[in-house]
Amino acid sequence: MGTENKIEEKLKSEVKNLNFYYGNVHALKDVNMPIALNKVTALIGPSGCGKTTFLRCFNRMHDLYPNNRYEGEITLYPENVNIISSAIDPIEVRMRISMVFQKPNPFPKSIYENVAYGLRVRGVTKKNILDEKVEAALKGAALWEEVKDRLSGSAFDMSGGQQQRLCIARALATDPEILLFDEPTSALDPIATSKIEELVIELKKKVTILIVTHNMQQAARISDWTGFMMLGELIEFDKTDKIFTAPSEKLTEDYITGRFG
Amino acid sequence: MKKNIFSRRHIKETLIEGSLMMAATLSIFITAGIVYVLGSEAYGFFKVVSLKEFLTGTEWTPLFATRKFGILPLVAGTLLTTVIAVIVALPLGLIIAIYLSEYAPHKVREVVKPVLELLVAVPTVVYGYFALLFLTPLLQKFLPDLSGFNALSPGLIMGIMITPYVASVSEDSIKAVPMHIREGSYAMGATKLQSSFMVLIPAAFSGIAAAFIMGMSRAIGETMVVAIAAGMMPNLTANPFEPVQTLTSYIVQVSLGDAPHGTIEYKTIFAAGILLFLITLFFNIMGFWLREKIREKY
Amino acid sequence: MKNMEDIKSKIAKRKIFNNIFAIIGLLSTMVGLALLVTLFIDLAIDGTPRLSYKFFTSFPSRFPDEAGILSAWVGTCLVMLVTASAAIPIGIGAGIYLEEYARKNWFTSIIEININNLAGVPSIIYGLLALGLFVYFFNFGESILTAGLALALLILPMIIMAVREAIRAIPNSIREASYALGSTKWQTVRNHIIPYSTGGILTGIIIGLSRAIGETAPIITVGALTFIAFLPPSPVSGEFPFINFKWLLAPFTVMPIQMFSWVSRPQQGFHLNAAAAGMILLVMTLAMNAIAIYLRYKFRKKVKW
Repeated sequence: MGTENKIEEKLKSEVKNLNFYYGNVHALKDVNMPIALNKVTALIGPSGCGKTTFLRCFNRMHDLYPNNRYEGEITLYPENVNIISSAIDPIEVRMRISMVFQKPNPFPKSIYENVAYGLRVRGVTKKNILDEKVEAALKGAALWEEVKDRLSGSAFDMSGGQQQRLCIARALATDPEILLFDEPTSALDPIATSKIEELVIELKKKVTILIVTHNMQQAARISDWTGFMMLGELIEFDKTDKIFTAPSEKLTEDYITGRFG
Repeated sequence: MKKNIFSRRHIKETLIEGSLMMAATLSIFITAGIVYVLGSEAYGFFKVVSLKEFLTGTEWTPLFATRKFGILPLVAGTLLTTVIAVIVALPLGLIIAIYLSEYAPHKVREVVKPVLELLVAVPTVVYGYFALLFLTPLLQKFLPDLSGFNALSPGLIMGIMITPYVASVSEDSIKAVPMHIREGSYAMGATKLQSSFMVLIPAAFSGIAAAFIMGMSRAIGETMVVAIAAGMMPNLTANPFEPVQTLTSYIVQVSLGDAPHGTIEYKTIFAAGILLFLITLFFNIMGFWLREKIREKY
Repeated sequence: MKNMEDIKSKIAKRKIFNNIFAIIGLLSTMVGLALLVTLFIDLAIDGTPRLSYKFFTSFPSRFPDEAGILSAWVGTCLVMLVTASAAIPIGIGAGIYLEEYARKNWFTSIIEININNLAGVPSIIYGLLALGLFVYFFNFGESILTAGLALALLILPMIIMAVREAIRAIPNSIREASYALGSTKWQTVRNHIIPYSTGGILTGIIIGLSRAIGETAPIITVGALTFIAFLPPSPVSGEFPFINFKWLLAPFTVMPIQMFSWVSRPQQGFHLNAAAAGMILLVMTLAMNAIAIYLRYKFRKKVKW
């Protein structure tokens, strides 16, 4: 399953021999994958294949629960640091790599405070800086026009699609280097979904994106690179066009043509 | 034949259901009994003493030759000891709740929670002994102005007594905040401390308020600690170093003496009792309502 | 690219606060434990010298050295007998009714709200209720029966709540399986619901009774005798009263009252007696609670639906 040398672009990150264990369960098996700078990399595969587990390695979410264990490397460029090394503080990783979750999870706070949260966590208190960053992030998430008059309103009063874009704004406000998306549209209707997809394409100009999706069309529409995973292994990784038109693995082909999954 | 068996069975089932229902309905009669007993005796009291005198009078001397029936000194004593208790229990309970729900390793939690439960199980008369004969002499070493009976020492002990309760209700509501909201905060690079204070406490606010209010209600109704260690002196004061009497300890004082059935002295304890009942009922209903609110939210 | 050094120093600062809080948290949880230990040591230092065979077999006395807790512990046992026989069947019955029989309607929701409120009513109010109801209305007098029933009413809401919680943990599939085999409702309750919730019910009963043993305030209001100088020899003697139930209407004292009356006296000697009585009370209630906690832990581990 050679992934080496397939990618000539500049890399933002590189996964080398990544293994992950939930206690005794071997959830990720020897995964190798490059992540191209300022591109969208999609992960597809049947549910339970480990794609979300893989994604959550990137901002060390697994550290929140006991008995989880990483092996291998996820190298972040340009510093060339292994972000899953136990010597690296997970908080430091999370400050550079943001995440948008499957279900919109705004905090029970105002719209403004939701977006400002990451900045406040980082110790920003100056009102003008916060205002400026919140506005920029909301504009970046294509939400500004809809909410600019009710920034102090509760985030819970928004529609699901708006909530998800708010979560994207929240993640953007801190200028992350990589943005992780964990099936961000699975809880949304088609119109909200297409808005998020447009947004992802727009965002890659500034930030490297890694997205997990169970929707193959979505991967085909928005990603530059695609990885196909099954049973904790990366079966195939290639340019999105190649994966969807001429996959080199039989399993990939079966999955894409809908023979299983 | 079959029908006969069926009907006998039917009768048995109905009888059982009926008696079980009576057991459940008894609880209503308990409340009715409380309201009736307190109400009727207090009614007798208020035929003699005006409600205005009772609620606004500043002297409470029903056992003296010149009787005065102003409940305010007892309310003040109750308030003072309760405030001291709450000043201890709220921060301590909240810190414990956050620690147990967000920080403590599983093993620590398994040990600490039963210990906190044991703290609730200690008979209050033992706490009273401890307040009077251990804590007060100890405090007097640092605070020479502290009198032998005072509001401070029982207040502090009550505070620690209600801490496990405040902690456990707060912890329940912090735990009720869904995991995905917690993850949202950690994914932004927040520390546990930041997540706790910036997201979890605001999110669980109504549950924490419920813990606070219900803990306060317990302090208001607590009897033995104040009866033993606060002195039995109706005292309209905000000075925690002085002896005070609370609504509850007044009831104890009269019960210990011989107030003959039907006299005005006898009726005063029901007047104090109904006030105590209404105050705690109000707080309990409020606490209950707040707790339901957080259940609905998540 | 961001300045990593800056980020790192900021994280370090935040982590210091975080760690300081973790230590404060641990210390705060220790406050409770520390209090419990101090309490116990304090009682033990003062009380242990008084703990002798004679202490358990002597009646109260004007002389601290001769005073004992015979009438108190006998009184506690008898009062608990009344409390348990009233509160356990009624509590279990009410819990079963509310979980298994009651339909969701205004009546049952009133009962539910009512039980929740009763659990928050101060114990001394139950004392006033018992004073008005049992002492004067039913004319039970200031007796063991009155005290036992007062405590039964007090712990009833606790027991009902524990029973309901235990029953609620039984999955519906068990009930359906029982009905599918042709059981009636009562058969289902007797053969399945009660046996499977025994652990939780037992835990609730033990915690309720341990609370009743330590309760003082309601017993004072119903007029337990606290002035030991005037206490007659034990209100119960030998096996005889068990036969004719006269003991139910006998005057009495109980452990916490005995302790309270000793604490209230100025002489140092009585304080030592109070400490000894307090230690016995503390050991008794803590032991009961430890058993309850253990039972709950064990049953929770054993049963996995």
